[in-house]
Amino acid sequence: MKLSLGKWLLPVYSSLALLFLMIPIGYTFIYSFNDSLKSNITWRGFTFDKWLNVCNVQNGAVCQAFGNSLIIGAIATVVATTLGTMIAIAIVRYRFKFRSQTSLFLFLPMATPEVVLGAGLAAQFLSLGVPKDMLTIILAHTMFCISFVVVTVKARVASLDPALEEAGRDLYGSAWQVFARITFPLLLPGILAAALLSFALSFDDFIITNFNSGAVTTFPKYIYISAARGIPAEANVLASAVFILALVVVVTVQVSGAARARRLAKMS
Amino acid sequence: MAFAAFSSTTAPSTDPVARRRSPVALFLLLPGILYLVLFFLTPLVSLLLTSFQAPREFGDIGQYDYAFRWQNYVEVVTTYWPHIVRSFSYALAATFFALLISYPLAYFIGVKARKWPLLQSLMLVLVIAPFFISFLLRTLAWKQLFADESFVVQSLKALSLLGPEAHVTGTAFSVIFGLTYNFIPFMTLPLYTTLERLDVRYLEAGSDLYASPFQVFQKVTIPLSMPGIVAGTLLTFIPAAGDYINAGRDFLGGTGTQMMGNVIEANFLVLQNYPSAAALSIILMTVILVIVSIYVKRSGTEELL
Amino acid sequence: MAVGAFADRGADLELVGIEKRFPGFTAIENLHLTIPAGSFFALLGPSGCGKTTTLRLVAGLEEPTSGRILIGGEDVTDQKSFQRPVNTVFQSYALFPHMTVLENVAFGLRRRKIGDPVAKAHEALLLVELDHLAHRKPQQLSGGQQQRVALARAIVNRPALLLLDEPLGALDLKLRRQMQLELKTIQEEVGLTFLHVTHDQEEAMTMADTIAVMNKGRIEQMGEPQQLYELPKTAFVANFLGQSNLFTGPVVSTTSSAIAVDVFGQQIVVPLKRAHRVSGEVTIGVRPEKLTLHADAPTHDSSRNVMGPGKVIDVSFSGVSTQYLVAVHGVGTLVVFAQNVAFGPAAQVGAEVWLSWNVDHGFGLDDDPAQAPRFEADLDTRTIAQQRRSSLITELEEA
Ligand SMILES: Nc1ncnc2c1ncn2[C@@H]1O[C@H](COP(=O)(O)OP(=O)(O)O)[C@@H](O)[C@H]1O
Ligand SMILES: [Mg+2]
Repeated sequence: MKLSLGKWLLPVYSSLALLFLMIPIGYTFIYSFNDSLKSNITWRGFTFDKWLNVCNVQNGAVCQAFGNSLIIGAIATVVATTLGTMIAIAIVRYRFKFRSQTSLFLFLPMATPEVVLGAGLAAQFLSLGVPKDMLTIILAHTMFCISFVVVTVKARVASLDPALEEAGRDLYGSAWQVFARITFPLLLPGILAAALLSFALSFDDFIITNFNSGAVTTFPKYIYISAARGIPAEANVLASAVFILALVVVVTVQVSGAARARRLAKMS
Repeated sequence: MAFAAFSSTTAPSTDPVARRRSPVALFLLLPGILYLVLFFLTPLVSLLLTSFQAPREFGDIGQYDYAFRWQNYVEVVTTYWPHIVRSFSYALAATFFALLISYPLAYFIGVKARKWPLLQSLMLVLVIAPFFISFLLRTLAWKQLFADESFVVQSLKALSLLGPEAHVTGTAFSVIFGLTYNFIPFMTLPLYTTLERLDVRYLEAGSDLYASPFQVFQKVTIPLSMPGIVAGTLLTFIPAAGDYINAGRDFLGGTGTQMMGNVIEANFLVLQNYPSAAALSIILMTVILVIVSIYVKRSGTEELL
Repeated sequence: MAVGAFADRGADLELVGIEKRFPGFTAIENLHLTIPAGSFFALLGPSGCGKTTTLRLVAGLEEPTSGRILIGGEDVTDQKSFQRPVNTVFQSYALFPHMTVLENVAFGLRRRKIGDPVAKAHEALLLVELDHLAHRKPQQLSGGQQQRVALARAIVNRPALLLLDEPLGALDLKLRRQMQLELKTIQEEVGLTFLHVTHDQEEAMTMADTIAVMNKGRIEQMGEPQQLYELPKTAFVANFLGQSNLFTGPVVSTTSSAIAVDVFGQQIVVPLKRAHRVSGEVTIGVRPEKLTLHADAPTHDSSRNVMGPGKVIDVSFSGVSTQYLVAVHGVGTLVVFAQNVAFGPAAQVGAEVWLSWNVDHGFGLDDDPAQAPRFEADLDTRTIAQQRRSSLITELEEA
């Protein structure tokens, strides 16, 4: 009896913990079907309306904000992924002066609370007289994404066997060919993961955005502003749609990865 | 996807043989480093300068001049010391609870679920699932679930577990609850990445050498998962200390639960009292850096940085 | 030799005064080596002695601190890796995981823009008998198959010189023996110069025309396998390549054809042409299988050296032969291999025995006896290699 209790305790606990994590997600999803009026607090009945007419409330303010978030996320991701990948390769593969200091410097943005990052940039823009708009948001997001990209890609570069690149050179590949045909394709999964992470961080960022956005509204900022007077169900619709899309992508990747691992294990 | 970001904070520092000096390194580093100097380092300097600014004589609200007004610091500390204390104690409590909740979960996924790779990956997806939906909406969902007229609160009142006049939202409990909830994935993922690599033969060797299951856990599992514990607690503590969503009045907080983030935001964006906001930010950052470096030193995991 | 053309035959490799220093550590010092075209050359030495470094220098993956490298008479010291007519079979194979076997093999041909790379890649795969797996990914192959793909990927380029870095190290014993024969056959078929690195003395002896024994970044001795075995020059070679019984003592008399050494009161004769040192304190030796056991003191015979009496302290049966350990007072423990021509051991533990061997079978080392270990017979090569390595490590730590 005691044995079986010990055996079941951990799985049951883990399931409950995961269930706990899902509660607000489920709530958000369910309330995207609420036939609400302005605010989406009390349940007023089931409807598909909000899903079908997402952009119709408040002259499409939600969708406008959502679109801004997509654009900002995309640009910040491309820039941060490029710069961060370059740094990651340099740190793992080359020796240079102040190498460990550079690593520490790259760690600092992650150890700095977002509110400090946001306020700092805002103070700088203020003292330089730079007006806050889309560009300042993109500059801010790129900044905090770089460190995360470096960390993610660095792990991948470090696990890349240097002998593979040497084999490329040995087989008559020039420096550029070795990079294009061996290094880059092998780093690609890490680079893609870093890009997805950057996008997710940028897309969901509120704190830094709030300090540097001026009049521009992003999706999280829209929710923050509306929180006082009630969030329209359309916000739940968009958030749920993103959630489902991301979930499908990740589940597919994970499941196919697990299946491939099993196939390989079977073969050897 | 997101777990990759944490895995390397815990990866053993590998020193590959193929290291060379080359101008290519400079070319690769320069753009990114320059970017961070311009948009991370100089803003911090600019924050530091702002924190010493003095109000302009006969100036409007929000007009300040560069000065060395160190009294700003004295003023913010005397005015906001409760917020400062609250920030760090809430963050500490949330880190503690998140660790308590996450460790068994990460252990199950990383060690016990190894036999079933599919289950393992699906559970991991569930751990990171909260990242896919807006942080603010999740927090608002909790607010509504804990609202006075909600089913949860009504039931608690009916069972007399809660006084008839009591609230859940707007209390220290709800803020710490929200912080804990929101940072559980940040805690679980690094824990998972170290536990996943934990060689169970060490645990078997432990029991072989007459350690009870509890002793094995205490003497083998915990020390071996230390890198994950350090990474997870840092990834929770740092953002939690600076957070102002959970404690915000429109979310889970109330007037008596405001944290440093809230007063920094209010001073900067509403009151336009930039020097105070800057001084508070500098204090927050300094305290965190001091705590982090002591913590990392004491836990012997410097190589994580 | 220009890249872009197939080498129609192997080329000589010449290393002149190569030295390689890593920060704080000299991996190779003053290395001179000539490998004739078309030969199968083995570089043999314990782990950490600088074999991989030597190969990387030849391949152009590492630059020498000083010295020159010549391939087919042409100085390639300053050429980049991709400009040298050299290919490597890497220690870990380094097959590109994101390409199929066929793409891996065709990679070098495509880089050099050689016509019809796919057909040539298939041909190379046929040679290693893996053409049916051409469309698999490397991860889907067994270790032995991966090894053969790595080989095909290198030889398809017809390099003047093929470098193999412990290519069989990851395989199990049986597969390793089989691959040794295959490699040798392929080398004879394609006629290229093979430079093969290994720490397995048996592998080196079966495969190579010439062996260079390397220790601590230096070549200790070089020659044909049999010559190295029968006439080792240093204690290291004597023990790394098979086992030896070594004795130290002063030369007491010299004739026109031999020297006599006093080993704790027993006169041991070594032919002059087999002795590297002929005066003063010397180290001499004999291989265990050359020794004969006697139950009684053998009668004097000037063509045989005699040692004894000694006491048998261990007998271990290993099928074809039996190994005896004989403790001789003042000399140490000697190893004897005796063919099991009759049933049952020739001597029991505790028995008193004498040992004898043909004078012509002894050898005299070139080592300074003060530095050569006095006796190191009771060990297999691997243990010796490990000992060497640990002593190297302690030496390094002290430095
Ligand atoms: N890049 C390097 N930096 C410093 N030391 C090195 C480097 N590469 C090899 N060494 C050292 O040089 C010695 C010879 O190494 P190697 O050639 O790999 O030996 P092996 O004979 O086992 O192939 C070893 O002691 C090794 O530690
Ligand atoms: Mg080696």
